[in-house]
Amino acid sequence: MEAQFAIAGKDFVVSVTDKNVVHSIVKMKHTQDKTWQLLPMTLMSVCGEPGDTDSYAEYIQGNAKLYSVRNARDLSVGETANFIRGELARALRSRNPFQVNLLVAGYDKEKKEAALYWIDYLAAMAKVPYGAHGYCSYFLYSVMDREYTEDITLEQALDIVKKCIAVIKTRFMIDLPDFTIKIIDQNGTREIEQSDL
Amino acid sequence: MSIMEYNGSAVVAMVGKNCVAIAADKRLGQRALTVDMNFQKVFPITDRTAEERIIEPKTFSNLVSHMLYERRFGPYFVEPVIAGLDKDNKPFVGTASDNLFGMCESLWEPDLEPEELFETISQALLNAVDRDAMSGWGAVVHVITKDGVITRDLKGRMD
Repeated sequence: MEAQFAIAGKDFVVSVTDKNVVHSIVKMKHTQDKTWQLLPMTLMSVCGEPGDTDSYAEYIQGNAKLYSVRNARDLSVGETANFIRGELARALRSRNPFQVNLLVAGYDKEKKEAALYWIDYLAAMAKVPYGAHGYCSYFLYSVMDREYTEDITLEQALDIVKKCIAVIKTRFMIDLPDFTIKIIDQNGTREIEQSDL
Repeated sequence: MSIMEYNGSAVVAMVGKNCVAIAADKRLGQRALTVDMNFQKVFPITDRTAEERIIEPKTFSNLVSHMLYERRFGPYFVEPVIAGLDKDNKPFVGTASDNLFGMCESLWEPDLEPEELFETISQALLNAVDRDAMSGWGAVVHVITKDGVITRDLKGRMD
């Protein structure tokens, strides 16, 4: 019932994640940030089984930072995504798999391009121009398919985000009042408010 | 519905005269939902021009078979197809999957030249995926001959 999507351009990615923490039919919190800053230019948004999400994200964040310390070099977005997928696939075939869906967004300094990776809990991974997870994806893909163009600008992407949020608010059963909206580009990550769209 | 049909796809390989072709569609999905329309499914294992010792298709098939059997009761959710030319340029093909068999059965004939094989595998794949809601969205074909690999992208129905 969570909403999570992202749109990538040539040199930026916009990541959008809802802020709800739900337990049974009760909304426990509506200000949760479900994104994790793995490295200065790599952001991961995580949805899925509560508990699994945090422990898996912390494990990945720790290992991404450990790699930087050991090798005096940050992993690129692609390398990070492949590591995340590999660990998820390994855990899937163990006694304790993680039920988490992920979007890994980042800017690759060497390739000078932004990248977005879609990874589901069965460890399927795809490099995509735009991606979404959960029930909301059934609405969001229609909007993004129609509106997305190659060489999209940040303004256009934010406009799509606006339309995506509008469709969630009108058609989706669950109330999702607020979203974490983050932009990743060569300057790092910055957050904007829904009201700034 | 089987877990093997979770992501959906169509992969096929064919033998020709001193050549083989391998082709795949470009869709990646979650059941009926399409996630990616440009997903790579064919991967090079060895490069024939490489100087170092390279693995034979038959040996590699045995390796893959062992790797899959090792995970017999917690399997990889994949059904691989292996195509390659062996040392004597004799073609070798591994396994192929479901509803492509019908198309291949009627279109394929022995000893096709590379260009004929390309046409045959392309028609077989495109017509097979058009009757499957879980695969399609474009395709890629590789024809392997002793002189190298010819790769062509096919446009398909995007629905």
